[in-house]
Amino acid sequence: MSDPRAQAPLLPFLSASLRRQVLLAYRRPVDTVNPLLFFLLVVTLFPLGIGPDPAQLQKFAPGILWIVALLASLMAAEGMFRSDYDDGSLEQLLLSPQPLYLSSLGYVFAHWLLTGLPLTLVAPLFAVMLQLPAPAIPTLLVSMALGTAVLSLIGSIGAALTVSLKRGGMLISLIIMPFYIPVLIFGSSAVRYATLGNDPLPQLLLIAGMLSLSIALAPFAIAAGLRLSVDAG
Amino acid sequence: MWSFFHKLGSPPWMYRISGSILTWLLPLTLLMLVSGSIWGLLYAPADFRQGNSFRIIYFHVPASVVALAGYYVMASAGAVSLIWKMKMAEVAMKCCAPVGAAFTFLGLLSGAVWGKPTWGTWWVWDARITSMLILFFLYLGVIALYQAFENKTAAAKACAVLSLVGTVNIPIIYKSVDWWYSLHQPATIKFTEESTMDSAMLQPLLLMIVAFYCLFACSLLLNMRGELLRQGARTNWVRELVSGGKVEKSTRGEPDVL
Repeated sequence: MSDPRAQAPLLPFLSASLRRQVLLAYRRPVDTVNPLLFFLLVVTLFPLGIGPDPAQLQKFAPGILWIVALLASLMAAEGMFRSDYDDGSLEQLLLSPQPLYLSSLGYVFAHWLLTGLPLTLVAPLFAVMLQLPAPAIPTLLVSMALGTAVLSLIGSIGAALTVSLKRGGMLISLIIMPFYIPVLIFGSSAVRYATLGNDPLPQLLLIAGMLSLSIALAPFAIAAGLRLSVDAG
Repeated sequence: MWSFFHKLGSPPWMYRISGSILTWLLPLTLLMLVSGSIWGLLYAPADFRQGNSFRIIYFHVPASVVALAGYYVMASAGAVSLIWKMKMAEVAMKCCAPVGAAFTFLGLLSGAVWGKPTWGTWWVWDARITSMLILFFLYLGVIALYQAFENKTAAAKACAVLSLVGTVNIPIIYKSVDWWYSLHQPATIKFTEESTMDSAMLQPLLLMIVAFYCLFACSLLLNMRGELLRQGARTNWVRELVSGGKVEKSTRGEPDVL
């Protein structure tokens, strides 16, 4: 880029935007806590629905944990750009000389830090409640940490595409859910493998591969989505 | 060459040319569909294991093949509309989604009808069936996203981005569903057809596949013509078309060619 403004330092910009997101979340803790409460509530529903038999719960635990994490992440993704779109800071972001590819990546990272990481950290607690054997818990942690990052990246594509719409909530689940399926398959099968005492490394590596691919490609779609949403609004 | 490319962006030209294509393509498609069906349903030999129920293949396989190809048509149109800002590509992409969804639904439905006598159940979570179901959801997502936008330019862009994301994802989804199936599902149902199909069975199938591709093209063109009329409802060329050619140019209308 020959534009001199493009030389503006990138790292301070990214760290400032990250600090801003964390500060905003700190001032409105409800947004961070709600997905976790949702996680807890839905996990509670499963024993009530399918019966409290420990053997059965243990069998279904990997699937339950992953499906609920997926739904919680979907709910969190919906509001990701909402307030910034409403108050115009998204427009400022688009006008700024920083490449939108990197700033949207920064956005997603902040979002993962505030939703995916807490989900990962509380997952072992729910895993114990669902009788998941202790040796499987490290696998659960790793697969959740990698997997929720993929979910954040994909979810933010949907959030960017629908942010200008009045009622994006149901729509974003409809358009994004099919893309979550590979993460669900490999995440839950990694945990299931670990439960059975097998080596879950191949599944974890596949999730890591999906993460690399989505880090490389998703920002293009997010940037395009943000541009068209701001134009449409 | 370039004049052709420019004409492609003009709704009246596209409307006219698609009309003249349809005058011969539509009868040809119907002819192929009818003759392929008669050939497949009446004259092809019955399967020695499945009996006559195998004849559903003559609708099931063509519908499924075209459903998958339709997604790539939609995504390519989306890419063209994003890169060259071509209006006609937007129209093609928008019109492709319901047609593709219909073919996917047809594939799923005929599969269920076939599954009942063959496997004894309407539905199994087989890898290929599941992938088709996901493809159906991808189509529905594009339709829902388009409908949600008031601003149709933004809608077309959003759908183009979504369908391109889908193109990257479809191989991943297919592969993971495939692995998921081989990992977890004990092979309760042996779905082994004869590895090589008898040519007496294969020939009508190939004819039906070609017929379904033509049917897809016809549906897409018809759908696009409807969309062109709807989008151009206030332009002079549509008024002339509706009133039989006699409209003085002074009426309030937008220019013909954008």
